Amino acid sequence: MFADAFDRLTGWYRRLDTSVRVALVVLVLMYLVALLAPIVAPYSQSEQIDIVRMKNHAPSLAHPLGTDRVSRDVLTRILYGARVSLSIATLAVLVSAIVGTLYGLVAAVAGGVVDTILMRLLDAMLSIPRVLLLIAILALWNPVPLWMLIILLGLTGWFDVSRLVRAEALTIREREFVVAARSLGARRSRILLQHLLPNVLAPVIVATTLGIGNVIVLEAGLSFIGIGVREPSASLGTMFQEGTEAFAGTWWAALFPGVVIVVTVLCVNILGDALRASLDPRHLPRVLLGTPTAAVPPPATAE
Amino acid sequence: MRRFVAVRLFHAIVVMFLVATVAFFLIHLAPGDPFSFDNPNIPPALRDQWRAQYGYDRPVLEQYVRYLGSVARGKLGWSHTMHAPVSEALAQRLPRTLLLMGLAFVLSFALGIRLGVYEATHWRKRRARVTNAASLLIYSLPDFWLALMLLLLFGYWLPILPAGQMVDTLHEYMSPGRAAWDRVVHLILPLTTLTLLLTATIARYQRAALLETLPSDFVRTARAKGVDERDVVRRHALRNALLPMITLAGLAFPTILGGAVFVERVFSWPGMGLMVTTAIAVRDYPLVMASVVVGAAMVALGTLLADIAYVLADPRVRVR
Repeated sequence: MFADAFDRLTGWYRRLDTSVRVALVVLVLMYLVALLAPIVAPYSQSEQIDIVRMKNHAPSLAHPLGTDRVSRDVLTRILYGARVSLSIATLAVLVSAIVGTLYGLVAAVAGGVVDTILMRLLDAMLSIPRVLLLIAILALWNPVPLWMLIILLGLTGWFDVSRLVRAEALTIREREFVVAARSLGARRSRILLQHLLPNVLAPVIVATTLGIGNVIVLEAGLSFIGIGVREPSASLGTMFQEGTEAFAGTWWAALFPGVVIVVTVLCVNILGDALRASLDPRHLPRVLLGTPTAAVPPPATAE
Repeated sequence: MRRFVAVRLFHAIVVMFLVATVAFFLIHLAPGDPFSFDNPNIPPALRDQWRAQYGYDRPVLEQYVRYLGSVARGKLGWSHTMHAPVSEALAQRLPRTLLLMGLAFVLSFALGIRLGVYEATHWRKRRARVTNAASLLIYSLPDFWLALMLLLLFGYWLPILPAGQMVDTLHEYMSPGRAAWDRVVHLILPLTTLTLLLTATIARYQRAALLETLPSDFVRTARAKGVDERDVVRRHALRNALLPMITLAGLAFPTILGGAVFVERVFSWPGMGLMVTTAIAVRDYPLVMASVVVGAAMVALGTLLADIAYVLADPRVRVR
């Protein structure tokens, strides 16, 4: 059974584009390393090795990415920073996915006045610039604990998801298999969970994947202006901010965390694009399917 | 059409009222107030006097009603940190951000659409793949990261451009020609940052939209009747593939304000973004409120304009 699953997995992997493969491998490694940070990291977290003699050392064999202004090993801090950044982003995006899916489904199933009200509310929430809202909340209600930051990032990121879900659910609701289920006397809750939910998941998965990249950047930006993740915990954004305070002299303390952010987001975007292409055929440019100017026209479909 | 616009305007006003309400309570229910900052030299009695003067000692609900009342009379309040009416502060800062944003917007759409069209029409070519990969990379860059890198490159290591601010400190003493050049030079870095990021986004959307349109039947018909390939793209395919750009423009309009927060901060560009972050830091409540409402208004305006443009551009869309 395992061999079979393994075969299918490797087969699927081999069919991927090279760029997607690389992105996938990099991301998996990133998550693994972040998860195992206490084991892989060459030094212990925020250990100040020798604050006088070892501070601001350029990359060397003992410290491949150098040391920062209080003599902490940059590589070690990046591993722990990636742990914080990735956890925040992943959890926040899950919050968004759950809230957004439920909201969209409820709006689509309820219909009528409830739907109108829910959608107007959504318009209002979409109108608040996310960055401004987050800056205001985080700065005024400080210090915000880490779990609260995750919830806040999650609760300000589900609006698009619920729009997608509602639109998708509205079309699926009218499809034959749902009509059949309804005429057979299936209860609303059953239709919702058995028929609508699994079928709206594709856009949710795509939006969620791409959302991870967004949230990493957003959290890094907030930490960059000093109101996101605060000491003693540090995300990649916090490290980048600390590093830029003396960027010209000790470039390694800012450059490497920054590069890790960029690489992560790039990989997430590549993966998200690939997922969209395979899960959501409507968004796939037909040219890429290989029959752009096919001599034989596709059979006409009855609408 | 007139009725459509009227209804949408009404919606926009309702939405902005909701936004203002949410923002008001989020801001005013936060622990502390504008005069609770740390300074042992200020006696509590003075703080209380200030609070009474600005009305922060009243119940939040009363403050809310008062705020709505004053906004309805066209008064946005008094900024106690800028020692000026909020409307004056906005009138000073908003044009600076709009200048930066407006230029970035025009440049990005001009460049992004061209790039997207090129990438879509030459999608098998190596060069188009390279630019496509480059757009994805730039699209993935955090704005503050790109801003800082450009600042370091051209403001520090290769110091050919000013590192921040809108004008030089000696700007007032320059001849008109030099002064104008001074403004241009200070614009380059923040403008490049915003333009690069937005161009990459637009190119990606334009490429996808055109790739989706090119296999359409009407494009094949145009080719079959012998239309030049250039005209097939420009007059038949692109006209349809430009429609998503309208939506994108409406959506991108307000996000550029969010992006401007970080970019303005890195380059100390004295616009809205920089003002908001400082206003939040020093708890200048009326100023924060006004900025949030302006942000929401820009969202509403962006969507409304996009919807109107869509109706005008696409005859298939009917106004109900």
